[in-house]
Amino acid sequence: MQKLVLLGDEAIAQGAIDGGLSGIYAYPGTPSTEITEYVLNSKQARELNIHSEWTANEKTAMEAALGMSYAGKRSMTCMKHVGLNVAADPFMNSAMTGVNGGMLIVAADDPSMHSSQNEQDSRVYGNFALLPVLEPANQQECYDMAYEGLRLSEQFGIPVLIRLTTRLAHSRAVVCRRELIHQRSLSLPQSQNQFILLPAYARNRYKKLLALQPEMTKHAESSKYNEYIDGLDKSLGIVACGIAYNYLLENFENLQCPYPIVKIGQYPLPDELLTRLAQACSTLLVLEDGYPVVEDKLKGYYPQTIIVKGRLDGTLPRDGELNPDVVAVALGNQVRPGIKKPDLVANRPPELCSGCGHRDMFDALNEAMAEFIGNRAFSDIGCYTLGALAPYNSICSCVDMGASITMAKGAADAGLSPSVAVIGDSTFTHSGLTGLLDCVNSQSPVTIIISDNETTGMTGGQDSAAFQKLESMCAGIGVEPEHLHVVIPLKKNHEEMVSLFKQEFAYQGVSVIIARRECIQTLSRRKKAGKAE
Amino acid sequence: MKTDIILAGVGGQGILSIAAIIGVAAMDSNLQVKQAEVHGMSQRGGAVQSHMRISDSTIASDLIPLGKADLILSVEPMESLRYLPWLGPEGWLVTNSVPFVNIPDYPALDSIHDEIRHLPRHILIDADAMARDLKSARSSNIIMLGAASPFLNIPYQCLENGIKKIFGKKGEKVVESNISALAAGRQFAEQNK
Repeated sequence: MQKLVLLGDEAIAQGAIDGGLSGIYAYPGTPSTEITEYVLNSKQARELNIHSEWTANEKTAMEAALGMSYAGKRSMTCMKHVGLNVAADPFMNSAMTGVNGGMLIVAADDPSMHSSQNEQDSRVYGNFALLPVLEPANQQECYDMAYEGLRLSEQFGIPVLIRLTTRLAHSRAVVCRRELIHQRSLSLPQSQNQFILLPAYARNRYKKLLALQPEMTKHAESSKYNEYIDGLDKSLGIVACGIAYNYLLENFENLQCPYPIVKIGQYPLPDELLTRLAQACSTLLVLEDGYPVVEDKLKGYYPQTIIVKGRLDGTLPRDGELNPDVVAVALGNQVRPGIKKPDLVANRPPELCSGCGHRDMFDALNEAMAEFIGNRAFSDIGCYTLGALAPYNSICSCVDMGASITMAKGAADAGLSPSVAVIGDSTFTHSGLTGLLDCVNSQSPVTIIISDNETTGMTGGQDSAAFQKLESMCAGIGVEPEHLHVVIPLKKNHEEMVSLFKQEFAYQGVSVIIARRECIQTLSRRKKAGKAE
Repeated sequence: MKTDIILAGVGGQGILSIAAIIGVAAMDSNLQVKQAEVHGMSQRGGAVQSHMRISDSTIASDLIPLGKADLILSVEPMESLRYLPWLGPEGWLVTNSVPFVNIPDYPALDSIHDEIRHLPRHILIDADAMARDLKSARSSNIIMLGAASPFLNIPYQCLENGIKKIFGKKGEKVVESNISALAAGRQFAEQNK
């Protein structure tokens, strides 16, 4: 079969396409974005008429995927780990309804917080919802797990969660493709009650979900992704989950580990394989990227004579992503770094692009806010979060999508004045609309600046659901026309912006100022594409 | 055979396009490749790096262990020094000498160049000037690839083919100027290593 060089993310996308996918829905988020982007750009996906779409947020994406599954077709939804918080409601309840067509949920975790506000572990969510979780160790497994995951979902009648981490999502290797599986045709569920979670029906569905658990464990015992690999040296038994397996092997000559290993790629955990390991070895070392999920489970599960080591006892760092070096230390191997980084090497944090409209907006905001000493704007998640850093130092918060508006409301209710929110266009439609409605309904004295670059910029310029809709949405929610403004964030408009900000700070109700200028990255790409034509 | 490479630069400088050519060339030579990239926030003018591993046998980790890299290939001099803890005892550091200054506390360039010159195995090359001499200002990254080519353990011909594959769509002229850039970088390295 054809071989391709793919990122882990792209391998998941190709695996799902070849596995009979009919539709993919997602909101962009590092490190998951490239999955949906790959399907959107795939000629094969277009020819197969696979529905691919950026949605308003992760919740709407997951619900649409569930709807496609209801209609009998195979669907997928992809998100970063914190996106699963937004979609937690449909996620938990999709385990209750189950599926009709196979449904894959992909959560890309970001240990070490390369591009995120926390390092939560989506395997916890899988356990919480009682769903099977697949965790690939390499790009080929990314492909295979997506390809097979859609069928596994149908086999169990519930969604399947694929969990990967940044390192694999954004690392490339050769992937071997498999035969294309045809898409399923439209077919409704056998029972029209399946998706109605009325208490009376829901109790039945829950019993079914619980009854599935032993079957899921049994399946995990014999899954090719869970493997007992014997070793001669029984002084240590190693449990290696997902990508941690690679870091383990890296530490041995010719990748030959002398200790017995249980390689984990499918959850719920394979009890028998782990017990076999615990019977062979009295010390277990658990290697897992993210939270000590497996370690926590094994601690106290076996007789006290079995010692379980990992992130909880300090054998490995409690936080941050794993790498070959921290695993080496855990194994008692010597790490020999090269030359020390010279002291003169300065940090180079990310920054707003030169020429970016957010810059002009922050320049004006800083001047307008100058008289309110110590008062900064609540902000949100996007490129403009970089307004937290020098030279701007303009914002005081970045918590979750949409929180700028609602936190500004709460602070205004507490008496903070001015109470200002800075939010991007795509973040606003993701989770800001409802907060704005709260503000309008209680006439909160807040000034909301929507820094509109007409794209989802931070993740590389995906379509923004807010495009050309902001004024009508704000007006529709009830923002008064005289307090709804549009400005163009350019240096030449600096004075205009400053005085407008000051004017609206003084207003004791809801003001929205849309600072609109196209992202310079998408603008330059558009110009290049125009030239090429 | 195994070559572990750290590619370094500043977000937006195009280190991934260098990686793409090495990747194609390595595949052409029937070698295995793993390449970990940085996407997301750091791409906005921050320090970026890519771990690229090439081998004739199975590659386990996507990340290179500390002290094991055979080569640091950097398109920016200060960034080349950031990854010295990864450089192996026999490793080479190949870097463009031209700084990318987007921070207020960028150190004195002379002291950066001095640090590089103190390394036993280094190639310090003004790829921007060389690109201007070749009248193709945008080819400095390919010059850097050429300067690193003696240390890649990939046949030079395969790198040329990689350029043809990657730049093929942009026309014969672009391919030719990049192949000249590759040769110029190679020649500099051969004379200065």
